[in-house]
Amino acid sequence: MTAADRIDRQFAKLLVADADGVISHLPRAALASLFHSGDLVVANDAATLPASLQGVHRPTGEPMEVRLAGWLSFRDPLRFVAVVFGAGDHRTLTEDRPPPPLLSAGDQLEFGPLIASVECLLDHPRLVHIHFTGHPASVVRGLVQHGRPIQYAHIPEPLNLWDVWTRIAADPITFEAPSAGFALDWRTLKGWRERGVGFATLSHAAGLSSTGDAALDRRLPFEEFYRIPEACASAIETAKSRSRRVIAIGTSVVRALESAANADGTVRAGEGRASGRIARGPRLRIVDAILTGVHQPGESHYELLGAFAADQILDRMHAAADERGYRTHEFGDSLLIERQ
Amino acid sequence: MLNKIDLKGMRIAVTGGTSGLGLALVRNLAASRARVAFVARRAQLVKRVSRETNACGIVGDVGLKEDIHAMALEIAWNLGGLDVLINNASSLGPTPLKLLADTECEELHEALAVNVLGPFRVTKALFGALAASAREGRGAVVINISSDAAVSAYPGWGAYGAAKAALSHMTTIWAEEAKDEGVRFLSLDPGDMDTPLHALAVPDADPATLKRPEDVAQEIVVSMLGALRENAPLELARRP
Repeated sequence: MTAADRIDRQFAKLLVADADGVISHLPRAALASLFHSGDLVVANDAATLPASLQGVHRPTGEPMEVRLAGWLSFRDPLRFVAVVFGAGDHRTLTEDRPPPPLLSAGDQLEFGPLIASVECLLDHPRLVHIHFTGHPASVVRGLVQHGRPIQYAHIPEPLNLWDVWTRIAADPITFEAPSAGFALDWRTLKGWRERGVGFATLSHAAGLSSTGDAALDRRLPFEEFYRIPEACASAIETAKSRSRRVIAIGTSVVRALESAANADGTVRAGEGRASGRIARGPRLRIVDAILTGVHQPGESHYELLGAFAADQILDRMHAAADERGYRTHEFGDSLLIERQ
Repeated sequence: MLNKIDLKGMRIAVTGGTSGLGLALVRNLAASRARVAFVARRAQLVKRVSRETNACGIVGDVGLKEDIHAMALEIAWNLGGLDVLINNASSLGPTPLKLLADTECEELHEALAVNVLGPFRVTKALFGALAASAREGRGAVVINISSDAAVSAYPGWGAYGAAKAALSHMTTIWAEEAKDEGVRFLSLDPGDMDTPLHALAVPDADPATLKRPEDVAQEIVVSMLGALRENAPLELARRP
């Protein structure tokens, strides 16, 4: 990321749509003075893995890129769901990337110090399960040495891990950054604490936001694993019992909390997996407001916002953000939507 | 055997873990059943200490910006989080020691990179993990190894002393700022020890007048437990 982008973060914008659908514009730094005593902010503290691997398909010698997209078994660094591309890198639009070499189950793949094999092909030419060879700790070391953060063509400069870790990044399990969390800094958390606003975290392993293939993109997000600490579950119970609001920082937090929700408005602590899209259908049981990036209609992230506000309000928000030049990428500006 | 403290399940990272005080700490903590990860520059030494102690060895240089997040990721991954970070890796600056007016800018730069920027970056990269540990009620502590050279003006110790003074002051400010997050910061002066670093600085010192790094490591573990107890009391920390 360029230095200019980083400086921009300090001057980021925040569009707020309140429970009545009234829209206002604030500097994002004003987040620290929002919410009320007893409200609870829940964020995703997952740290981003270097999940893009450049390598070679051994049977043909052709270059390829693998993007790790999900755990097959949570925290087992030997087996992943992955999306594969032919030669090239993030500077080419994903939709323009060439297909991967013709893969068969059992094919050996080489990524710098790492060796993997294709465990099985799935029902799409870009989608496979891959299996790394070696001890889990050495595979993680190989990822750290050879992998790069997954990134897209709108930022041509290569990203480093420090660009894709949020301030609160703790648990290295996510394939793409929980980017709504870029809006948080320790000053904001301090502001909330001083005003009696609670703060809790969960760890949710977010997969890819885009694959470049329309059919595959419609299936996003894939199944995603998460862990909700006892402290987080009990803070939610306290907030709910006092009729205070729970504010989710990002769609991944909504997915984890709603997937772990009990009928009585509590959430189950521990590990779980979130599957399926959240849209208008299922009623939100836990989350009352969401802070998120500015997503485009059609993205799974955008659809999830439909659980918070009616289409016409989302459309108005979108038009207002567009008019005021809100930046839409993962390091861009933010929206806060209160559930209607 | 000095250590009778049971640190079972506690997740601790030590930088500069293959010699002197760092090595003594890794041995002590591993023997006390903590989950330990250590960082050092030389792959062969890392392997040897890792084999001996069963601690997780990570090759990296705290003086290099490019190494920091990689080591933070490996630490958090291998330990499954982090309760205690001990910034022990240290550089003397020029050896033999030089008067400041004879010290090259690059030599001062290197001492600052390892002794100030290094601990700053490692702590910052792992601060999320430490704060998460505090939120879960496990407590969290950062221990920065200082020196009396941070306080006293010893001629010839300019690069090291200035860097340690900066580290020590940074530690007190961070302690204030991080208090409410539940992350404690300690600056500890181990005193003059019989270590390779001390031998580089004072080659003709009489080892009999120097403290044993094993004894100092034990003192640090006691301070660490005190800090954990004081803050978010941990079941383990309450054990005698």
